[in-house]
Amino acid sequence: MLMTVNQATATSVNQNAVVEARKLGLTFQTNDGPVRALSDVNLTINKGEFVSFIGPSGCGKTTFLRVIADLEQPTEGKISINGMTPEQARQARAYGYVFQAAALFPWRTIESNVGLPLEIIGLPKAEQQERIKRTMDLVNLTGFEKKYPWQLSGGMQQRASIARALAFDADLLLMDEPFGALDEIVRDHLNEQLLRLWRQTNKTICFVTHSIPEAVYLSTRIVVMSPRPGRVTDVIESTLPAERPLDIRESPEFLAIAARVRDGLRAGHSYED
Amino acid sequence: MDRLRDRVVPVITILAVIVAAWYAFAVYMNAPFQRDLDRRAGETPTTMEFIGKTLSQPKPTMPAPHQVAQNFFENTFLRKVTSARSLVYHSWVTLSSTLLGFTFGTALGILIAVGIVHVIALDRSLMPWIIASQTIPILAVAPMIIVVLAAIGITGLIPKALISTYLSFFPVAVGMVKGLRSPDLMHLDLMHTYNASASQTFWKLRVPASVPFLFASMKVAVAASLVGAIVGELPTGAVAGIGAKLLAGSYYSQTIDMWAALVAGSVVAAMLVVLVGLVGRLVERSMGGRPA
Repeated sequence: MLMTVNQATATSVNQNAVVEARKLGLTFQTNDGPVRALSDVNLTINKGEFVSFIGPSGCGKTTFLRVIADLEQPTEGKISINGMTPEQARQARAYGYVFQAAALFPWRTIESNVGLPLEIIGLPKAEQQERIKRTMDLVNLTGFEKKYPWQLSGGMQQRASIARALAFDADLLLMDEPFGALDEIVRDHLNEQLLRLWRQTNKTICFVTHSIPEAVYLSTRIVVMSPRPGRVTDVIESTLPAERPLDIRESPEFLAIAARVRDGLRAGHSYED
Repeated sequence: MDRLRDRVVPVITILAVIVAAWYAFAVYMNAPFQRDLDRRAGETPTTMEFIGKTLSQPKPTMPAPHQVAQNFFENTFLRKVTSARSLVYHSWVTLSSTLLGFTFGTALGILIAVGIVHVIALDRSLMPWIIASQTIPILAVAPMIIVVLAAIGITGLIPKALISTYLSFFPVAVGMVKGLRSPDLMHLDLMHTYNASASQTFWKLRVPASVPFLFASMKVAVAASLVGAIVGELPTGAVAGIGAKLLAGSYYSQTIDMWAALVAGSVVAAMLVVLVGLVGRLVERSMGGRPA
């Protein structure tokens, strides 16, 4: 009886689900024997959500993102993206991926870097230009079109790489610690901009981080993970309003959520020791 | 001013040391023959006179720098470039086969590298042969290439150029394999997330990433090409070219001519390397390289 109810909800949720993982597991074969990077991950990410993955290194948060992106192959369980396999989703260009480093091509100007995916897709030149202009504007890089990456600061480079991921207008944005290498001031600024961007575009965002304030500030949902084997230990729904000025981080509500994330991380650790 | 102190002074210092050592050697090596001459002529020159004579022999064992310089100057600037004694003429003969061989070699090297990077079978099978090819002494292979090609009616520029090709494809192949594999994993992952085809990844990522490697290996290859062209002239009985000039000089003990030809060869090599470096710098600049 209970099973049928679950299945019914599962199918009804499906309409809205962007990412659905069921009993997902991934074991790497290394020289030191098998390493379980992911184990029994069950997670549904719905359209328009901003989901952060937080946990210590080795907890599989990046691996999970890479599984969604078809950059790693799961060894157990199932995962679907917009109802497709990760490979089909990749071929349908269902997502944009932002890496830890900006990973801009040094021989291309900023606008030509942003236009790279559009060139690969084979859009007409005029539409490429139009989209480059629009996304550059979205990340406040107008005026830097003709610069080369080395002429930009680290924060600007990362913004350019976000523009590149946005350029081909996928509904899903996968971000792997995109601001990890930046200083705190730039990071705050980019966090604010990212939230604004998310509200403007109504995209679904999966965001990997190991900063608790960043996760709480940005997310509608926070997935806490722990290592050996990499698994989900807690999923926290944020009660913060959609409109979030930076000083919301001093509010009791914010601190309560942050405390719960911290507890979740600690619980994951104590399990290990 | 700083540039003068940091760049020019060290080079000049080393040059001065080399020239001084060269003069000392010239005196030392030409002394026995000069002593013999003086003894037979019954002359007893002072030390200064003796040194002067060792540095002005017509066919010295070791020519003095100024003798080589004078010969080089006369045969480079004072003769018509069409004259058989003009070093410009001989350099041009060698240069033309160098450039042809270098072009072949670079193309072949790139082709091999592309094959190695994209076909696993070639990666496993080709590399050992390529390395083995360079362990064979070129001096042994050159006459065979020239004889075999002459037997099937190919003479002149092509056989010499092929020897240059043989020497120059190797650095380009090795450099380009490294260059085409130089994009980091993140860039390759990025192309994967765009579902880019192999040819898109090749043209938009691997090729531009390999350009600095290409020019670095082309610098080595162009110098090797020149060596190949000179070596190619030795066993052919070629009448023109720096190699031919070296060979003729050794037949007739024209040591000064040999050294002058050697200097001409070095000048051509330096010019080629600088030229390749300059083109490389221009290309990198046009690809948004950070000015050094």
